[in-house]
Amino acid sequence: MNIEKNERNNQKVEEKQKRSEGKKRRMGNQREIWITTAFFSLVFIGMLGYLVHFVATSEQDMINNSYNSRQEILLSRNYRGSILSRDGEVLAQTKLDEEQNETREYPFSNLFSHIVGFSTQGRMGVEASANYYLINTNTSISNKVANDMAEIKNPGDDVYTTLDVQIQQIANEQLNIYRGAIVVTEVQTGKVLALVSHPDFDPNEIPEIWEQLVESDSSSVLVNRATQGLYPPGSTFKIITALEYLRENDNSFNQYSYNCNGSHREGDSKINCYHGSNHGSIGFERSFAKSCNSSFANIGMDLDRAAFAETLEDLLFNQELPLTLNYSKSTAAVSDELSTDEMMQTSIGQGKTQITPMHLNMITSAIANGGILMKPYVVERVENDAGNIVKSFKPNSYGRLITEEEATILTELMTAVVEEGTASKLKGLSYTAAGKTGSAEYNNVKGDSHAWFTGFAPVENPEVAVTIIVEGAGSGGDYAVPMARRIFDAYFAEK
Amino acid sequence: MQEYVIELSKYFINILMIVYTLTCFYAFRYRMEKERKGVYIVQTILMFLIQILSFVNLTMVGKDIQYLFFFLFILLFLFASVTLVPMIYENINRFLLNNMCMLLGVGLCIVSRLSFQKAIRQYIIVLASLTISLFIPFLMGRIHFFKKLTWLYAAVGISLLSTVLILGEVTHGSKISFSLGGITFQPSEFVKILYVFFLAGALWEKTSFGRVVLTAILAGMHVIVLVVSKDLGSALIFFIGFVFVVFVATRNYLYLLLGALGGSAAALVAFQLFSHIRTRVLAWQDPWSYIDNQGYQITQSLFAVGSGSWFGMGLLKGNPTAIPYVEADFIFSSICEELGVIFGICLILICVSCFIMMMYISTKIFDRFYQLIVYGIGIMYIFQIFLTVGGGIKFIPLTGVTLPFISYGGSSVMTTMIMFFIIQGIYIRLHQEREKYEYRKKRAEQSEG
Repeated sequence: MNIEKNERNNQKVEEKQKRSEGKKRRMGNQREIWITTAFFSLVFIGMLGYLVHFVATSEQDMINNSYNSRQEILLSRNYRGSILSRDGEVLAQTKLDEEQNETREYPFSNLFSHIVGFSTQGRMGVEASANYYLINTNTSISNKVANDMAEIKNPGDDVYTTLDVQIQQIANEQLNIYRGAIVVTEVQTGKVLALVSHPDFDPNEIPEIWEQLVESDSSSVLVNRATQGLYPPGSTFKIITALEYLRENDNSFNQYSYNCNGSHREGDSKINCYHGSNHGSIGFERSFAKSCNSSFANIGMDLDRAAFAETLEDLLFNQELPLTLNYSKSTAAVSDELSTDEMMQTSIGQGKTQITPMHLNMITSAIANGGILMKPYVVERVENDAGNIVKSFKPNSYGRLITEEEATILTELMTAVVEEGTASKLKGLSYTAAGKTGSAEYNNVKGDSHAWFTGFAPVENPEVAVTIIVEGAGSGGDYAVPMARRIFDAYFAEK
Repeated sequence: MQEYVIELSKYFINILMIVYTLTCFYAFRYRMEKERKGVYIVQTILMFLIQILSFVNLTMVGKDIQYLFFFLFILLFLFASVTLVPMIYENINRFLLNNMCMLLGVGLCIVSRLSFQKAIRQYIIVLASLTISLFIPFLMGRIHFFKKLTWLYAAVGISLLSTVLILGEVTHGSKISFSLGGITFQPSEFVKILYVFFLAGALWEKTSFGRVVLTAILAGMHVIVLVVSKDLGSALIFFIGFVFVVFVATRNYLYLLLGALGGSAAALVAFQLFSHIRTRVLAWQDPWSYIDNQGYQITQSLFAVGSGSWFGMGLLKGNPTAIPYVEADFIFSSICEELGVIFGICLILICVSCFIMMMYISTKIFDRFYQLIVYGIGIMYIFQIFLTVGGGIKFIPLTGVTLPFISYGGSSVMTTMIMFFIIQGIYIRLHQEREKYEYRKKRAEQSEG
């Protein structure tokens, strides 16, 4: 029965087919089926593209996350590699005793405490940011086999940093007993040559002093002041106020003039010049060079606040910084809601504005580098135990922060600070320097101010940027500028 | 020495897998099954090599002979499948058969690495499924009332799903399974088969607006019961299956648009109504902020994929069991972790090639009922893969469905295998019809001549 029926069905089918002969023997919906196929294939191409992108960009973030249990797996097979300075001096290494017990050693003790960090109690600094490379191994397969046989661990890869021991030492000596931070970077590459934060600690003793470090929150020793310390920028902020003035008066800023008699008054609000100095009749450049608060409060009142807020964003205020180290976001607010007093305070770097020394260094570097910011970086390359390069990091541009013309004018202004202004201690040296000082008052009692300096050298072809903050020292010109000079000296002596 | 073998085999496995994947797409150059014979032989050899290398690796690293025994059983199964099945059905589509074996082999290998106990159970289910499935092409050729049971498929499907909703056991917060004689079933898997038959039966002849609405109501009932059971993944698969089958049956692009709009509206409503859906979306948008609870699964899965990187950490050298329910919902992440992302991508491409083959077969079928079945199965198969892989790598929110043939889970494996063999049955029919047609054409020509 069934077979017969089947036959009959088939015959029917074939009759239909015969009828449509000459046409295609098809159902007519092939196009829709192929459209579906193409659609799903595209979706999968998109998804696999996403997967490839994810793996290509986030492998090390994944391993570095403390929630990832695979770190322990790698650590049980490899011991940590070494961290070295740019010329190969050991900054951190793991020593193995006869029983294969590991101890992490930091030969320079306190010197690199914040930037190299530690890995014994959590992780910090390069120990944290380069953890992935340090616990991975690219030793030769024959070594792996030999180590496997002997049941010992493989050596993790070595991380070469951009840090310069000489400059780090000089910078550290400058800060001495003061609290504060110093950042030294190469402006054309973004390499971090030195990064000092005081108070410091000895990473060799972390297990013993840990409790004490965590408890002593008043001095916050563990905070890397260079990247995490938020300070009022003081007069160094005049770089930004000046930039905004340039943007709004690009042809006429040279015609600006102001008569300073030691203070500036708007209604009930009053701004005083540092230590009540009386600057007399001054133009734009001289206002900047002498760091005249009254004149800048006057300038600030005329600025377009919405445009000012945009300029702040261009300069990465209130935004993420392109940094692999832990950092704090700098904050600044300019809007129509600010009172006259607040606006005048903000224009001279007081008020609510807060900045990290690293961020100020980045702005300075961008000015020195014709407006383009190079991303600061500390890890230069990764090598396996035989010295073969596993991975090297090239200088990487973040993008343009300001125009070339603006950079040129700001450089001229900052040169005037050295030639005829508050940073005159950098004048008449074998190299030329440009910069801006600051004395950021941090409480209402007179004289309590952080000494700032940020600048670069040489002016003709900028190479190095130095940013210094000395907590509670006094004026930037008296305290920070001489430190910068010794660091510049050391940099150019080394060359 | 051992370390050499382990390290090198890792790269070899990846290379072999790439070559295998290339053969899958190379096979499309040929139209006729006969012409693809050479490709199939190469595929079979590669499949066995990949299995051998994987298990040598497992045995060496795991230092346990049990893997070797299990491997022998897998070889036995693979050998039987690639030789016996074509002996029973000479016109079988070797492309789908080979890839099914490849995927099952990889699945058994990775499941045995995750849990040896579960791998043995999986093996038994695979054998049982194959035994059942072998009858399907035979039945498909003999039974001719499939077209007439349209409403019965829907009625049985909906009542099965509702029964589970009322009487089922709660696993991981969803009511999707029940136990019978110590065996846990997940009926939503089996209902997929009924559902495809229902869709095809409802739409093969009549595609009037009224018929589409009627079909939509019944299909919607399936979906709603699944949503209430918190089986989001299955609900989505059923929905997508419906939209695309309607599209191809009616050839009306408007239905595709309506489906997209209706789907989005339903998703919005579901998002408002159900907190577990909001949680999923939240965990997808920003898993790192909820790493301790809602985002835990997905971040652990991302760790696995990221740590595995291109070539993987090596079998037994990663930590895939850190992901909750890894053997069912996150098997893809564990494959990426230990065998490498390249291997994972190849695996997905193999699945995509199966999908393309299904679509190709469906374009060749005259009988629209069977055409829609092949098409519907293809859509549901590929969409399920999209859901599980996309969920595991944070491309889309998590839905918790299995990777067909690879994930641990009896109902999933059995259903997928039955679906593959339904396609095989239809393919064999197609072949027979074509032969008859050619034969008659020849005779007609002869008599004319």
